[in-house]
Amino acid sequence: MTPQLTSQAADTTGRQAILDRLTLRPVRSAGLPTVDASKLTSFEEPLAKFTEMLQSVGGEVHLVDQPDQVTEILNQIEVFSNAQRVVSLVPEAVKGSFDLSKIHDPHDLAAVDWTIAKGEFGVAENGAIWIDGSTLPHRVLLFIAQYLAIVLSRREMVHHMHEGYARLGTPISRFGVFVAGPSKTADIEQSLVLGAHGCRALQVFLTP
Amino acid sequence: MNMLPIVDHPAAARPFVTNPDRAPWHDKALWFVRSKRDKQASSVPEWEYLRSLASQIKTATIANLGDYLTEFERNATALGAVVHWAADAEEHNRIVLKILRDHDTHRIVKSKSMLTEECGLNPFLEANGIDVVDTDLGERIVQLRHETPSHIVLPAIHLKKEEVGETFHEHLGTDEGAADPKYLTEAARGHLRDKFLAGEVGITGVNFAIAETGGFVVCTNEGNADLGASLPNVHIACMGIEKLVPRFEDLAVFLRLLARSATGQPITTYTSHFHGPRDSHSELHIVLVDNGRSRLRQSDAFRDALHCIRCGACMNTCPVYRRSGGHSYRATIPGPIGSVLSPTRDSSKHKSLPFACSLCGSCTDVCPVKIPLHHQLLAWRKEIGNLKLLSYDKRISMKMASLLFRSARLFSFAGWVGRASLKVLPHWATHHRLNTWTIARELPEPPKESFRHWYAKNRK
Amino acid sequence: MTVALFVPCYLDQFYPEVAIATLELLERLGVDVVFPPEQTCCGQPMANTGCTADCAPVARRFVDIFAPFDSIVCPSGSCTSMVRNHYDDYFAEDDDAFLHVKQRTFDLCEFLYDELQIQELKIEGQDVCFPHRVSLHQSCHGLRELRLGPSSENMTVRDNKVRQLMNLVKDVEWCDLSRPDECCGFGGTFAVNEADVSAAMGRDRVADHVGSGSEVIVSADMSCLMHLQGLIRREKSPIEVMHVAQVLAGRKLKKTNAK
Repeated sequence: MTPQLTSQAADTTGRQAILDRLTLRPVRSAGLPTVDASKLTSFEEPLAKFTEMLQSVGGEVHLVDQPDQVTEILNQIEVFSNAQRVVSLVPEAVKGSFDLSKIHDPHDLAAVDWTIAKGEFGVAENGAIWIDGSTLPHRVLLFIAQYLAIVLSRREMVHHMHEGYARLGTPISRFGVFVAGPSKTADIEQSLVLGAHGCRALQVFLTP
Repeated sequence: MNMLPIVDHPAAARPFVTNPDRAPWHDKALWFVRSKRDKQASSVPEWEYLRSLASQIKTATIANLGDYLTEFERNATALGAVVHWAADAEEHNRIVLKILRDHDTHRIVKSKSMLTEECGLNPFLEANGIDVVDTDLGERIVQLRHETPSHIVLPAIHLKKEEVGETFHEHLGTDEGAADPKYLTEAARGHLRDKFLAGEVGITGVNFAIAETGGFVVCTNEGNADLGASLPNVHIACMGIEKLVPRFEDLAVFLRLLARSATGQPITTYTSHFHGPRDSHSELHIVLVDNGRSRLRQSDAFRDALHCIRCGACMNTCPVYRRSGGHSYRATIPGPIGSVLSPTRDSSKHKSLPFACSLCGSCTDVCPVKIPLHHQLLAWRKEIGNLKLLSYDKRISMKMASLLFRSARLFSFAGWVGRASLKVLPHWATHHRLNTWTIARELPEPPKESFRHWYAKNRK
Repeated sequence: MTVALFVPCYLDQFYPEVAIATLELLERLGVDVVFPPEQTCCGQPMANTGCTADCAPVARRFVDIFAPFDSIVCPSGSCTSMVRNHYDDYFAEDDDAFLHVKQRTFDLCEFLYDELQIQELKIEGQDVCFPHRVSLHQSCHGLRELRLGPSSENMTVRDNKVRQLMNLVKDVEWCDLSRPDECCGFGGTFAVNEADVSAAMGRDRVADHVGSGSEVIVSADMSCLMHLQGLIRREKSPIEVMHVAQVLAGRKLKKTNAK
C-alpha cells in the first residue's frame, strides 16, 4: 500500500522562537576559511593510491582494457555465474537479466542479486567512488542488491575529497553517494564483518 | 532528603570498573579503535590543518547559525523537502508522530540518530502504538535488550559476543550458544531485511546539512540508512540545528576527519547526499531541533561544544570512559563530550560528570574539531561550584585547604602533624576505607623533614 | 637573574629529596636560585574542585610572593600549567604582577631545555650516569598543557624535552611502553573522588612499565609518581619511581620495592 501524500505542511511552531534565541547573543567569528590547496597532500600515482585504499576497505579491484572483459571476470565469480537477477546500468559491460522498465515500486527489487553501477570518479585518498543518483532508476539498487559491481574509468581520479567536491560543483541530482567498499559492521565485539545490510562484496572495474 | 534517582558516576562505574572480565576487555576494545584512528590521522600530513579548518568553519557556522538555518530552509524547501522546526524534544516527537499519523503508518525503520535518542523518540512512539525498528546492528542489539547505546558510534561496545548470541537466540531464533560475529551479523541481516521491506516510513539522522544547497549527508557503514530511506515513500530526517555546514565544499574537510576519527577508517562505506525527496511520489521531511542548543550558543564557556560532529573519538581515548563503560554516565551521550553537554540540560542530575575526568587532556587533542573538552570540564566544575551543587565534604575540605594555604606557618605545621602521625601511627590507623586514597594505594613514606625545613638549615 | 624555586606543596612535605635535587641541579648549572619561604600551594586542588572563591586568595598570594623574581621554576608540569594556563580567572587582564608571573613560570624541564639550553650534564667534571633500564611516564599536564613533548593524539611534530634531557645522562637504556602517554589516573582530587577508576588506570600503567622490562619509572611530575608508587608498594610490583630531577642531579637508583 502506498502512503498518501497528505503531510506537506511544515510545522514551524518553534521557528521564530529558535531564530530569536539565536540573535540574542552576537557571536564573533573570523569568518569562513578558504582551503589553501598548497597544504593538501596529492599523490604521485593517484590510481595506485585509489586501488590500495579501496582494497584496504574491502573492495576488489580489476583493471580491464575493454568493457566486455567485465562480464568475463564476473563469470569466474560463482555468486555471479549462479545469479538469477542481474541489474546492469552499464550495458556495454554487462548484460542485465532483470527488466527494470516494469518496476515502479522499489520493494519489487528485493530479490536482485547483482547491481552493476556506473561510477563517476574515484578518490585516491580513501578509495571512495562517487555515484550519481541520476544514473540509477531506483537508488535502492545500490543497497538492496546482494552484490555490487561498479564500472569506473581509471582516468577519472581525484586526489582527495576537496578536489572531489570541487568537481561536483553544485549538486544537481537528488541523490549521490560516495561508496567505499562493501557494507560492513564491527558492532559485535569490534569484529569486522563484511555484508551488513548493503552489498556483501564490492567489485570495481577500472576501464581505460 | 534528596529522593531523585541520581547515581553519581563513581558509584555507577564501580560494578564495571571493578569487574576483571569487563573493564580490561572494554578498555582494550576501545584502545584498538583509538590506535586505528592514530594510524589514519598520521597518514594525512595535513591532519592538524584540517582540524583547524573544521574548527574555523564550525565557529563561523555557530556565530551565524540563524542565517544559515534560514538559508538551509529556503534551499531545502525549493528542492521539495518539508522543513519543520522543533524548539524542544517534545515538539520534535510531536512533529514526527503527526507525520506518521498523517500517513496512518505503524512500521518505522530508523537508522542511528543520537538526536532521536536525546529526544526519547522510541519510547514516545511505542507509547503511541507505533513500532520502531532500529536498523543499525549495534542499536538493534541494545533495542532488543531494552538497553540504551553505551557509545554514540559503537552502541553495543559494552556487550560480549556471547551476550549478543543469547539475545539473538531469544529474539531471532539463532542457535543456542552461537556467538560467532559473522553468523550473528548474517542472522541480523536476514531479520532486518524483512523489517526494511515492511517499513512504511524511514527515519534517519543527519551527519551534515548544507546551507548553500539545502541538502544533507548521512554516513553509515552498514547501508542501513540508505535502505531505510530508499524503500519507503516517506523519509524523515531529524537533525540538531548545529549540524549545519555553510558550503558544499566544507563537506570535504569534515568527511576527511569524521570516519578517521571515529573508527579509523579513511571514510565510511556510504556517504549519501540527499537533495530533496526521492521522486515525485515521495516525501522528505527535515526536522530541525533546538532542544537547548540555542541556549548553549549563548555560553562563552561551552559554545564550542556545538562544534561536535559525534565521532566518538573522545570516548575511545578517554581512560575513564574505557574503564567505566558508557552506561556509568547515565546520559544519552557519555564520555567527555557527554559530560560537557549533559550538565547543560540538568546540572544537578549530572553534577558528578565533570569530575569523572582526570583532566588528562587526551580528548582535547583527539577532537577533530578542536573542542577544548578538558578545559570545558574544568569550567563546568567551577560552574557547579557557583551553582552551590558541590557536596558538603568537597566544600569543607577545600575551604580548609584554602585557609591552610594562606599561611606558610599553618601549612608547615599541618604538614608536620601529617608526617608525624604517619610515622607514629600503625599502618591500620592510616590505611583504612575511610581514607579513600589508601583503599588501593599506600601513602608516601614520611620523610624526616620537609623541604622548607631542610632549606632553612642548609642554605643561607 | 634570580630564579625562585616553586616547590609544590606535596613535594615540600613528602618528597623533599626531589626539591633538593632540583635545587642542586640548578645551582650546579650556575643559576642564582632561592626558595621564597612564604610559598605554600598554587591553588590547583581548589580550582580543580570548582571552588573558585577558595582558590582566588591562594592564587593572589602566590603571585605576590613570586612577582619579585625574574623567573620561577617548578619541578612539576601540572603546577606550572595551573599558573600559566588557569590563573586568568583570578586576575585582571592588566595585572602586571600576574602577567609577569604567568609568563615567567617554567617547568624545570622547559627551563633547562628552552631557557638554559643545556647541552651536557656534568658533576665535578664527570658525566652523569644512570646505568638502568628506564621507562618514561609522560605526565598529562606537562605533555598536553605545556607541550613538553609530542602527544600521541596530536600530529604536530615536537621535541620531547624530558626525553632529550634524559639523553644527556649516560648509560640510560630506554624501555618502550605499549601506550606511551596514557594518563596514570592521579588527577589530583580525582584519585580520591573516582578512586576505583583511578586505581584501575594506575594499575594498567604500572603493568605497562613493568612489562616493558623497566627498572624505574621516571617522570617530570611527582604527583603521578606518588599515585603510582602507592600502587606499586601495595601490590609489591618490581619497579621503582624517580623524578627526572633526581636522575639529572646524579642520584642513584634506590631499590626499595619487592623484587
